[in-house]
Amino acid sequence: MARINLNHIRHAYGAKPKSENDYALKEVHHEWNDGGAYALLGPSGCGKTTLLNIISGLINPSEGQILFDGKDVTNLSTQERNIAQVFQFPVIYDTMTVYDNLAFPLRNRHVPEAEVDRRVKETIEMIGLGGWAKKTARGLTADQKQKISLGRGLVRNDVSAILFDEPLTVIDPEMKWVLRSQIKRLHKQFGFTMVYVTHDQTEALTFADKVVVMYDGQIVQIGTPAELFERPRHTFVGYFIGSPGMNVLPVKLDGNTATVGGEHVALNFQPTVKPGAKTELGIRPEFVSLGREGMPVAITKVEDIGRHKIVRARFADQPISIIVDEDGEIPAEPRVRFDPKAINIYADSWRVGEEA
Amino acid sequence: MEKTWNNKAWFMVLPVLVLVAFSAVIPLMTVVNYSVQDTFGNNQFFWAGTDWYVEVLSSDRFWDALTRNLIFSAIILAIEIPLGIIIALNMPKKGLGVPVCLVLMALPLLIPWNVVGTIWQVFGRVDIGLLGRTLEAMGINYNYVQNPVAAWVTLIVMDVWHWTSLVVLLCYAGLVSIPDAYYQAAKIDGASRWSVFRYIQLPKMKRVLLIAFLLRFMDSFMIYTEPFVVTGGGPGNSTTFLSIDLVKTAIGQFDLGPAAALSIIYFLIILLLSWIFYTVMTTSDAQG
Repeated sequence: MARINLNHIRHAYGAKPKSENDYALKEVHHEWNDGGAYALLGPSGCGKTTLLNIISGLINPSEGQILFDGKDVTNLSTQERNIAQVFQFPVIYDTMTVYDNLAFPLRNRHVPEAEVDRRVKETIEMIGLGGWAKKTARGLTADQKQKISLGRGLVRNDVSAILFDEPLTVIDPEMKWVLRSQIKRLHKQFGFTMVYVTHDQTEALTFADKVVVMYDGQIVQIGTPAELFERPRHTFVGYFIGSPGMNVLPVKLDGNTATVGGEHVALNFQPTVKPGAKTELGIRPEFVSLGREGMPVAITKVEDIGRHKIVRARFADQPISIIVDEDGEIPAEPRVRFDPKAINIYADSWRVGEEA
Repeated sequence: MEKTWNNKAWFMVLPVLVLVAFSAVIPLMTVVNYSVQDTFGNNQFFWAGTDWYVEVLSSDRFWDALTRNLIFSAIILAIEIPLGIIIALNMPKKGLGVPVCLVLMALPLLIPWNVVGTIWQVFGRVDIGLLGRTLEAMGINYNYVQNPVAAWVTLIVMDVWHWTSLVVLLCYAGLVSIPDAYYQAAKIDGASRWSVFRYIQLPKMKRVLLIAFLLRFMDSFMIYTEPFVVTGGGPGNSTTFLSIDLVKTAIGQFDLGPAAALSIIYFLIILLLSWIFYTVMTTSDAQG
């Protein structure tokens, strides 16, 4: 297991990048802890797979260095970096048995056969395929195949990191939970450094200690699921995480008052914003309370999703979502209040801190 | 799923049945008809039973030609299949090279068979052919008109030139269908070049290779046009394959009965061998 340092990494697929926009991955400079579970979360084309392939060594970054435990591995091959990777579609050697599939990476590394046997048997139990050892891999289901892909990484117990590239894409919904919690358990039990690429926020938030949110080739925030929920650093994180996403309303700022249309919202801090910046107020639907007091809203739609209701409304002519308890009433003349502690102010899409 | 029985469905397959009847079954039956009768002209036929079959099967001429066929097919399969795989493995996977290579590969396949024969017949001639003259100038005794070994080498090289492309194209189609992730995973697993071939590429090519093998076997076993054009079955009988022998019997000597019997035997041999190859290869596939 290793600590991963990404040292001013940038990557462009074209040979000669001219402007910032030519980079599929804009500058990344971070340290990831040994034994951590990280999820790279973002929409398709945001650069998360590029970053993953840079870590695994399948892509050489255009600029910057990558360090494992302080050792520069930028120019080392995937094999020399000693990482394991699970791909989107299960990769198995389908003429081999399950046992031989798992033994394959060890035999390639000339591990003595007795040791191979011990480790393969151990791994087969770990991934829950005990009893399938002698079966040909071809006839297995997608989730079993994906377990074999994972197993081929686990069997090499000295791997620096295990990387996952949207590993649950082809797995049936009910098996996704099972597989995900199995991966999570393996992480807890053995402390592998794991990096998990996904565009599914539930997957990312349940799997990772730290979620790395990517947008348009850059990392916009790295944080625990709670941090991403309460203090999104960028309006994109607000939109992308949460269901429904954060309400973002264009506002005018004046001291500690934010004005949306004709409504004034009192802030519990005084943001300092560069003049001319586009200012917005972000509040999650969970922290908007609907009642008889506060600022008027016009309700357009109520979606009852069982556990709670999502009220879609217009507030000062802006769309807004409000989460109301399942048995919460919706008054005839509805008004809303924002929880002042949950308000975030954004200037040019980036969060303005309370301390600023 | 519940099956619905409806005898009207037979009308749906009727057009195909009629076509097959006219194109295959009826001609085949006329051959069968000839093979069990004898004629002395005047459209008078006499029942001959299995006489012609016995005559064909007990003649050295038949067994010699069959042996030549088997040797020829074995040699060209042993060359074309591995060579095709090697070329396919080395073809570019992307870029401008792909269309260029594909067109170059497809070229020999587009040439009519008798033209291929003529090309090599001229190419190999010792008096005017580029190949023949060059070899002669190098001091190699090459003359496909007189030397049986030279004749065989010419036919084999010609067939390899003509048909390896087919194996290449089929293998290439199998290779490009392998997702990149397989190669990446193999890299991560530390697989050697040979392991990548053995455990990723070969399994993925298996099905197309089966097709390539069967096509090349059947085609080479039925080879007629090229040797007819190049050597005419000679020198002596050294390149007289079953097909050439058959035509000599039927048209040259006008022995319709023995020729028909030979046709049936020939047909059954190809059918039998193809079935054996297919069964062996598909069962090993299921077990593997």
